[in-house]
Amino acid sequence: MSLAKRIIPCLDVTDGRVVKGINFLELKDAGDPVEIAKKYNEQGADELAFLDITASSDNRGQIFHIIENVAKEVFIPLTVGGGVRTSEDVRNLLNAGADKVSINTSAIVNPDIVYQTSSRFGSQCIVVAIDAKFTVQGNKSFWQVFTHGGRNATGLDAVEWAEKIAALGAGELLITSMDRDGTKKGFDLELIKAISDKVDVPIIASGGVGDLQHLVDGVKIGGADAVLAASIFHYGEYTINEAKIFMKSNHIEIRL
Amino acid sequence: MIAIIDYGMGNLKSVFNAFKLVSPETDIKVTSNSVDIKNAHHVVFPGQGAMPDCIRELDQRNLRDSVIEAANTKPFLGICIGLQMLFDKSEEGNVTGLGLLNGTIKRFNNKDTADENGHKLKIPHMGWNEVLQKNKHPLWRNINNQDRFYFVHSYYLESKDESIVTAETLYAQKFCCAIAKDNIFAVQFHPEKSSLAGLQLIKNFVQWSV
Repeated sequence: MSLAKRIIPCLDVTDGRVVKGINFLELKDAGDPVEIAKKYNEQGADELAFLDITASSDNRGQIFHIIENVAKEVFIPLTVGGGVRTSEDVRNLLNAGADKVSINTSAIVNPDIVYQTSSRFGSQCIVVAIDAKFTVQGNKSFWQVFTHGGRNATGLDAVEWAEKIAALGAGELLITSMDRDGTKKGFDLELIKAISDKVDVPIIASGGVGDLQHLVDGVKIGGADAVLAASIFHYGEYTINEAKIFMKSNHIEIRL
Repeated sequence: MIAIIDYGMGNLKSVFNAFKLVSPETDIKVTSNSVDIKNAHHVVFPGQGAMPDCIRELDQRNLRDSVIEAANTKPFLGICIGLQMLFDKSEEGNVTGLGLLNGTIKRFNNKDTADENGHKLKIPHMGWNEVLQKNKHPLWRNINNQDRFYFVHSYYLESKDESIVTAETLYAQKFCCAIAKDNIFAVQFHPEKSSLAGLQLIKNFVQWSV
């Protein structure tokens, strides 16, 4: 195999700026999205993910300007998600310069949007994001899908949901463990592996990265095709290049 | 003028941006006008989505003859489905291509495939893979053999003519990822999304005279 596993830094964007969450209540300004995107590109990021967390609908248009400006200077794939509801939202983001659009809540409200958008724009640009949490109900345990940034339980089994939307045309799945997100304890490897074993499309592992071994485990144990992380890169604990050298030393194919 | 052919399948801004970056002085047009294609000194034929849709949209805009004429006469760069459409036919929707070159576009098969960790082959082939150059060509100038480029596709070319294969990539099997014949150069990967190596290839194309 010579296809490289990908490292994807994730940038949370609100009101035109990149922010870092100190906790869910306090967001600290982390800088200009174009500058940060350029920095990660220079460090060797394989792709960039932007999550638009703008609360006010008045300011939601700013993401388009950001993506347009990033796409003029950074020539690697750009994935954009957050608040994508309709086929028109997908089209507008692609026109701004996104290569892939990530759909989350609206895919659950209306799974047909995955079929519609992948038929219209191609599976290669439709990523479905799944936020899952380990759940025990009576004598049954499973990873349950949540929506609206993790606030609403859906009752759906994440593995079954992954199979369903891959069949509907999703070209890639972004799997975030809500149990691990923000803990720095590493990915939920069982969740990642359970989904990766069941679907044919590439899997991005997300949620819980605290050190570089976690990235290696996501690939080697979880079977992820790409690993997404935010805080270890934002706070300068590691550069992307350091992460890649570490993965390479663990015999993972990497683009250096 | 460099014409980037627009037949309504997807956004070509990234292709335009990449050309503008490497060649800011050149007039670059994203166009569906056959006069522009005729007047251009270099022509870029991109493509994304499904090949049957691409062929249909191309024909709806009456651009088939312009594409064929450009491919027969001047520096011509096919990208992704823009490579695939140059050939006889595709398994994707069993569609007939432009037939400029001999070969079939086939789907990756992931039955009975697993890597050393037991993970099966993912489709689409998505990400950065090594491009193994098979011969010298002006478009490979200043690009190292085995440099990685960004791919995203589920179908690949099986060429009938081995002599046009100018690069290969390994994804469970070796497949042809770039072809060169006379004034035509076409790649399965996306140079406009392949960072420095991709920008170098675009620069080489702009400077290529046939």
